[in-house]
Amino acid sequence: MTEDEPGLGSKGQVATAGGAAAVGTPDKQPGLGRSWWSLAYLLPALFLLGVVVLYPILYTVVRSLFDKAGDTFVGLDNYGVFTDAATLTSIRNNAIWVVVAPIVVTTLGLIFAVLTERIRWASVFKLLVFMPMAISFVAAGIIFRLVYQADPNQGVANALIVSVHDVFAESSSYPGAKPRGEAELGGVDGGFETTSTYGAGDTVALGLVGFAPNDVEPGAQPASEPSGGDTLQGVVWLDFAPGGGGEEGAIDNDELGLPGVVVQAVQDGAVVATTETGADGAFSFEGLADGDYTLALPRENFREPFNGLAWLGPALITPAIIGAYIWIWAGFAMVLIAAGLAAISREALEAARVDGATEFQVFRKVTMPLLAPVLIVVMVTLVINVLKVFDLVYIIAPGSVQDDASVLALQMYRVSFGGANNYGLGSALSVLLFLLVLPAMAFNIRRFRREQS
Amino acid sequence: MTMTEERPPPQEELARQALGAPKRGVASRIASKTGGGFVQVFLVLIAIFWTVPTIGLFVSSLVGARSSGGWWTFLLQPAQLSLDNYSSLLDNGELVGSFINTVLITVPSTLGVVLIASLAAYAFAWMQFWGRDWIFLIVIGLLVVPVQVGLIPIAQLYGSVGIFGSVVGVVLFHVAFGLPFAIFLLRNFFSGIPRDLLEAARMDGASEWTIFRRVVLPLGLPAIASLAIFQFLWVWNDFLIALVFASRDVQPLTVFLQSQTRQFGESIDVLAPGAFLSLIVPLAVFFAFQRYFVQGTLAGSVK
Repeated sequence: MTEDEPGLGSKGQVATAGGAAAVGTPDKQPGLGRSWWSLAYLLPALFLLGVVVLYPILYTVVRSLFDKAGDTFVGLDNYGVFTDAATLTSIRNNAIWVVVAPIVVTTLGLIFAVLTERIRWASVFKLLVFMPMAISFVAAGIIFRLVYQADPNQGVANALIVSVHDVFAESSSYPGAKPRGEAELGGVDGGFETTSTYGAGDTVALGLVGFAPNDVEPGAQPASEPSGGDTLQGVVWLDFAPGGGGEEGAIDNDELGLPGVVVQAVQDGAVVATTETGADGAFSFEGLADGDYTLALPRENFREPFNGLAWLGPALITPAIIGAYIWIWAGFAMVLIAAGLAAISREALEAARVDGATEFQVFRKVTMPLLAPVLIVVMVTLVINVLKVFDLVYIIAPGSVQDDASVLALQMYRVSFGGANNYGLGSALSVLLFLLVLPAMAFNIRRFRREQS
Repeated sequence: MTMTEERPPPQEELARQALGAPKRGVASRIASKTGGGFVQVFLVLIAIFWTVPTIGLFVSSLVGARSSGGWWTFLLQPAQLSLDNYSSLLDNGELVGSFINTVLITVPSTLGVVLIASLAAYAFAWMQFWGRDWIFLIVIGLLVVPVQVGLIPIAQLYGSVGIFGSVVGVVLFHVAFGLPFAIFLLRNFFSGIPRDLLEAARMDGASEWTIFRRVVLPLGLPAIASLAIFQFLWVWNDFLIALVFASRDVQPLTVFLQSQTRQFGESIDVLAPGAFLSLIVPLAVFFAFQRYFVQGTLAGSVK
């Protein structure tokens, strides 16, 4: 072992990950320890490993060949069930997980590890990013349920993207408003257009309903119909008198004008002129050529406000949960890679620099190859971990979308313990999981034997 | 600890590395100066990004369902913060009970692994017996076995033995599945202990037990500490094993919290402070024993 144990701030020299493994075997020297004594030291461990770990592996393989109740031999029938929709979904999701999560986590870890080599507050940064590794998937899941809440007034993810969105797209003033009747104003493409045509000197009153007087902009004044003038003019108002009593289609005393409504004059399907209503809802088209126009209130007046994404809906649930996973594991990749970076000999880097290599070339041609073993260990660790992902999905995905978010480990739990109690199918899924981690097992054993020789 | 002969002493190697201060060209130094600003800003943003979710949970635990806006509105109206949710946690019998259960499961699981694995690791490192290397390879192979494989067989086994649903069952499962990593970590550390020390003790007539207790355990303390912290966090944070094997009256905090997520919106007054309670213990352990934890992570990758 090493004197300088790697801490977050210290530059430990754990060259290959799994640093502890790189220690020699003690020589086989006769007389060193007595064979029959060793049994006493080993017995508790071997007993537990045999009963709780080894025996279940064999039992699960056998059990997977029997039916739900466990008394009928069904051969490989349970494995045939892997073609049903729920299992296929979980296999597909697991594939997405295995491809996306390890690559993103390792890439982020590499970026963080390289960049923190250049800053003074590296240990603070590493501490903050590594911290989620210490907490449970359950707590992390609850944290991200909060983050992903749909209401942008509750969930910080939607609050963030809504505010970014609103910087670029103005929100509309009257979402959901509609005309009192369809007779005068017909719905067209999310907006409304008059059914009759008007010309200069006409006055058009366009009444809207469908939202509360409280939602009208604060500066709005009681509606007044413009009169006189030889332009095409009119008023857009809220045809609703609080307390009732108003006459439909007529401007009553207390009814408010709607400021800021965009009004278009349309001729032969083309927008000829555009204006906006004033504080009392009045508008007029100055300098409009003679002719017949229809008036349109385009959809931008009525668009529903952007409320962010349905993170916990069926479409985005898997990416959303992978996001939470990345938050937890990026620190792990960063710390391992940083330890690997610290172990790279400066002489190799210097030699390349002296030979005139740019920083990028040094990174690509010297650092990366030397770092490759660490990156592989990080990736393998993550792949094993991701294959078994369960808690995060179970916690973050609301019950209604668990089918869409399901992964193998979750599916295994659900068919075995989630009410169905199908131990045959559950065992088959466990065997599948076990088979998937077998390459990692071989990798570990080979790596260990190499380090020993 | 000392290294075995075939590797260069790490101190020398480090010292050699440290001597070669980077010599850079003027151009690259300027480039790194200007680029440094972007790097700083980028990393500050990342640090914020990584911290905000946890702060969100903490503030939500203080604000609760009373708030009509998001938790971040506390910046403008700090008056909405209060400890009410935490004080009502104390009256929530199920939550307090599950917290105690977590402790009752975690402490024996940690002690059990440390004790059993130290004994086995000592045998693997310093004793001669038939098939030693092969058995150890099997232990390494078991590092990656998914716990899912154990759920159904052990549930049935526990059922027939009569410990299904009990703390004992949960603890035994944790200890068993913690052993491969624990033995692996400790055996590698123990075998780095200088042979001379053990030989000297044997010359003085010390028994294996005395050597184990007086030489190996004290010298192996750093690795044992790493293991204990790692196992503690692993068991404290476990959800699946307890979900399957613990009955409702011995369910730990994680299982209790999960049961509350079904009515997420209404339960936030319990969930947020409960989740914070469940993560503050591992975080405290993490901050207190940071370097042991990182060491365990480095050694235990590929688990």
